[in-house]
Amino acid sequence: MLNFIDTVGEAVAGIKDGSTVMIGGFGNAGQPFELIDALMDCGARELTVVNNNAGQGDQGLALLIKEGRVKKMICSFPRQSDSWHFDAKYKAGEIELELVPQGNLAERIRAAGAGIGGFFTPTGYGTMLAEGKETRILDGRGQVFETPIHADVALIKALKADGVGNLVYRKTARNFGPIMAAAAKHTVAQVSEIVPTGGLDPEVIVTPGIYVNSIVKVA
Amino acid sequence: MSIQTASIQTSETPLGRDDLARLVARDIKPGSFVNLGIGQPTLVSNYLQPEQNITLHTENGMLGMGPEATGDQIDGDLINAGKIPVTELPGASYFHHADSFAIMRGGHLDICVLGAFQVSATGDLANWHTGAPDAIPAVGGAMDLATGAKDVFVMMTLLTRDGASKIVEACTYPLTGVGCVTRVYTDKAVFLTGPDGVTVRETFGCTLEELQALVPVPLTAAPAVEP
Repeated sequence: MLNFIDTVGEAVAGIKDGSTVMIGGFGNAGQPFELIDALMDCGARELTVVNNNAGQGDQGLALLIKEGRVKKMICSFPRQSDSWHFDAKYKAGEIELELVPQGNLAERIRAAGAGIGGFFTPTGYGTMLAEGKETRILDGRGQVFETPIHADVALIKALKADGVGNLVYRKTARNFGPIMAAAAKHTVAQVSEIVPTGGLDPEVIVTPGIYVNSIVKVA
Repeated sequence: MSIQTASIQTSETPLGRDDLARLVARDIKPGSFVNLGIGQPTLVSNYLQPEQNITLHTENGMLGMGPEATGDQIDGDLINAGKIPVTELPGASYFHHADSFAIMRGGHLDICVLGAFQVSATGDLANWHTGAPDAIPAVGGAMDLATGAKDVFVMMTLLTRDGASKIVEACTYPLTGVGCVTRVYTDKAVFLTGPDGVTVRETFGCTLEELQALVPVPLTAAPAVEP
């Protein structure tokens, strides 16, 4: 069921304490700042957040972490020059970290959306990030078993939506949007523009509307 | 031995960062699809020639990446893996993150160029974590690049600030990938690594004997098959 929602606050109102929330974006590109701010305001706590990073500067995900709302981060690259809020929480032992190689992060999210129960990959074989995981030699290469990452909610940013929820993105802001939309039970997309159904060329649609539940236009 | 070492010393002095980047750029075969890691490897793009027809991949989701953006070109939606604004070239394409890593993990990239803390005699790579107890680990795409690209080139200084060789018998830092590095470009020499150990393609400002005194693994001159 697709809903067009007037405000970002209403769009995230159903997010409960303890939810797993995927947040799109790589750096600031594709990061749904308005939806993250609304998540902050809605008060949900004990969140597990899936994002490539763990917040930058004093905005968005970084503030959610600073306020102690995130119990666990699943990400590939938490440490950055301006990730001071995550750094402080991590060093204080106040946040869990599941560190995942970036390609495994993307493929585990994709696998969840595609109904795949797990997969073997050479990435990480023989490293500390494979410790405790099942391994096999396949095609002559050591490979590690990785499991899907599911989420209750995905918050993503796209350029345009049409009346049935089809999405197109802009340049490298696409990043995690399409796979997170498929992996979550409920996907909220903030978009810059809503066009009438038929207003997007079916050949260029990136995320079919079947993966999208809520759309909110953000100026 | 002295004749052989003279033949592989191709520079009277160690190479600076830009000279090393120029050398890596020259060694990339025309028509290659290449991913340049963050930091020193990014310099290589400054020396790629148009006639080489190299296509650059950036793992956040683009092929056909152009030079760093300046002035009015800067667009927050068009960045590279280092989160620096870049430009797109004619023929560029965008794709989502799982497709971007499938390009890498599926063996479609010809070369990736990475920095390193250590490389072992058999091509193990350590470049993501010092292992220090208070360090916050961050891996990004390093493990995917190391295991996915057909050739993994490393660019680094040969010695640490303390004078220890970064080419080692076995890595003491946590591994990024096992047996994945094929070449190591350093200020003092170009090394070829593989299951049979380390050979030296050329040296800069030192003889093979002088180089051997710095590096704790057996070195031999590489057969002269490389350009």
